[in-house]
Amino acid sequence: MPTKRRRKRDAVNTAELHSRLRESATFPRSVIAEIQRAARTGIYDIRGFGAKRVIPTFDDLLFLGASMSRYPLEGYRERCDTSVTLGTRYAKKPIELKIPITIAGMSFGALSAPAKEALGRGATIAGTSTTTGDGGMTQEEREHSRILVYQLLPSRYGMNPDDLRRADAIEVVVGQGAKPGGGGMLLGQKISDRVAGMRDLPAGIDQRSACRHPDWTGPDDLKIKIQELREITEWEKPIYIKIGAARTYYDTALAVKAGADVIVLDGMQGGTAATQDVFIEHVGIPTLPALRQAVEALQELDMHRKVQLIVSGGIRSGADVAKALAMGADAVSIGVAALIALGDNSPDLEDEYNALGSSAGYYDDWHEGRDPTGISTQNDELAARFDPELGGRRLANYLRVLTLETQTLARANGKSHVHNLEPEDLVALTIEAAAMAKVPLAGTDWIPGHGKF
Amino acid sequence: MVHHFDLAHASTRDLNHALHAFNGTDNDTAWQIKNANGLHNLAVGLDAPLTVDIEGHVGYYCAGMNKFARVTVHGNAGPGVAENMMSGVVRITGSASQYAGATAHGGLLIIEGHASSRCGISMKGVNIVVHGSVGHMSAFMAQSGRLVVCGDAGDALGDSLYEARLYVRGNVAGLGADCVEKVMKDKHKYEVDGLLREAGVSGADAAEFRRFGSARKLYNFNVDNADAY
Repeated sequence: MPTKRRRKRDAVNTAELHSRLRESATFPRSVIAEIQRAARTGIYDIRGFGAKRVIPTFDDLLFLGASMSRYPLEGYRERCDTSVTLGTRYAKKPIELKIPITIAGMSFGALSAPAKEALGRGATIAGTSTTTGDGGMTQEEREHSRILVYQLLPSRYGMNPDDLRRADAIEVVVGQGAKPGGGGMLLGQKISDRVAGMRDLPAGIDQRSACRHPDWTGPDDLKIKIQELREITEWEKPIYIKIGAARTYYDTALAVKAGADVIVLDGMQGGTAATQDVFIEHVGIPTLPALRQAVEALQELDMHRKVQLIVSGGIRSGADVAKALAMGADAVSIGVAALIALGDNSPDLEDEYNALGSSAGYYDDWHEGRDPTGISTQNDELAARFDPELGGRRLANYLRVLTLETQTLARANGKSHVHNLEPEDLVALTIEAAAMAKVPLAGTDWIPGHGKF
Repeated sequence: MVHHFDLAHASTRDLNHALHAFNGTDNDTAWQIKNANGLHNLAVGLDAPLTVDIEGHVGYYCAGMNKFARVTVHGNAGPGVAENMMSGVVRITGSASQYAGATAHGGLLIIEGHASSRCGISMKGVNIVVHGSVGHMSAFMAQSGRLVVCGDAGDALGDSLYEARLYVRGNVAGLGADCVEKVMKDKHKYEVDGLLREAGVSGADAAEFRRFGSARKLYNFNVDNADAY
């Protein structure tokens, strides 16, 4: 049986080869594959999702909990409130959320209409807000979102005063964590007739959104721009400014100066529908240090809790939520995690991901519009696979789990409101996280750069 | 009946609030606004066919997001005049600063003097007629609508534009990426002629204009265009 023997020998050889060959740390197989891909296509790698590299995160922090010196709350019996009010600085009609978790801006265009509807449904069930994106407001998402934040982006696609007036809040997008300094991208495969119509673009083009706003250039101009938005909407709506994590201390202070009611801070782990991989992985700073810098800026201006801070970028669990709140955020926002809750990267579709050259858990070619879940596509057949009611229920379930987990941690630290969590409740597992979050390394009173070991 | 409003004795907030009372109606009353004095955000967010005459220079974003109203500024306008206008007519008897008519979706913007840089940036359907000249980067990323310039255009006209049509009578200092001169056909002369009439331009003949538009070479990524990105 020579064939069988040959096959067996090959298998042994492959395993044996890998055990004695040495892969280069500088040129591992993934790097080699990217060089080969670049040489083959002549264009940089564009993809969705957020940064994939390893960086310090909330996982590098721990809560101390309660013991002899701190008094915990009784789980399930003693109330631990989770409500948040956003926009108390200037807006006549601030927003009241039941939970400190919002849905981040994602465009109709990047996402299918039923996926946008599901985000609205889920957020509404859970008592929180959802957000439009670079492509205007659709009727579906307005109808299904009790609280809808309307983004004003550099492209101004679909921007109009009627939607401004029927929004519950307005978010001026200066930047995004995945690409601080970069504009949106939507490749031709997803510029359907409806998307093209809403954006006043020819169908099928590779859309490159502007990265700078067309009618203001800095915080002094932005202050006037924000006044214009307030005038148009009779000073009713909270106005958010969204920034990507870059020079966060100064950017936060300037956003306060420009008149924000709410600052949305998006760390480098924050997702995108389509951006150059090199931008996602190499520009901006992680959520952990950015959050600390933003809180410090607000505190120094005596604006902490007066201008609310929403932080996003890599929020996955109630632990992430609770740690972000403990560091001083008023709320968090989720994007990628919300899409996963809707069904993105589901193992049920492994065969279909394989057919696209990917695998469940790895799929990030959201820009190609071939998403088998029907979420990141404008293909009608694929979009029809997605059930917005079921998706909405899944998202609501996920938001409830995040909230319950957050309350569990807050009670463990003796807090009757999740906003009572504080940096004093936290320690760091690594020196890097201790330095970035400015909380002591576990078991010490050492914060690198601040005091002795 | 003409309403009179004096900004020496009332605020921008008071003015806009008073004008917004007509939003969503077909009220077409006339308003005379005095002492604009460079104030920002005057007559923004109107949504009724009012006729609003503003005496004096205005600051940023005058008539921003206008719908239906006919707003005339008897003076110069600061940055972003008629930004994101949807419909109606905005007329500036003097000159306009940067990004006049930015991202505007419809209506007619008339600038009887000159317009500064980035006039018509990201325009999305508006018609803009400038009696004088426009500065650099005008019609940058312009998506649709028409920009008619009776004087000269600055550097990088129409950079990265989409389907907007640009007409210039005088000199063009330079064209931006993917912007090219196109043949002026009869239908284009007809279009320019109509816009000149609407904008009250006298002494200019549609036949004197040249037409510019997108070469459409950057609509889809192509490695051979890498120098242009």
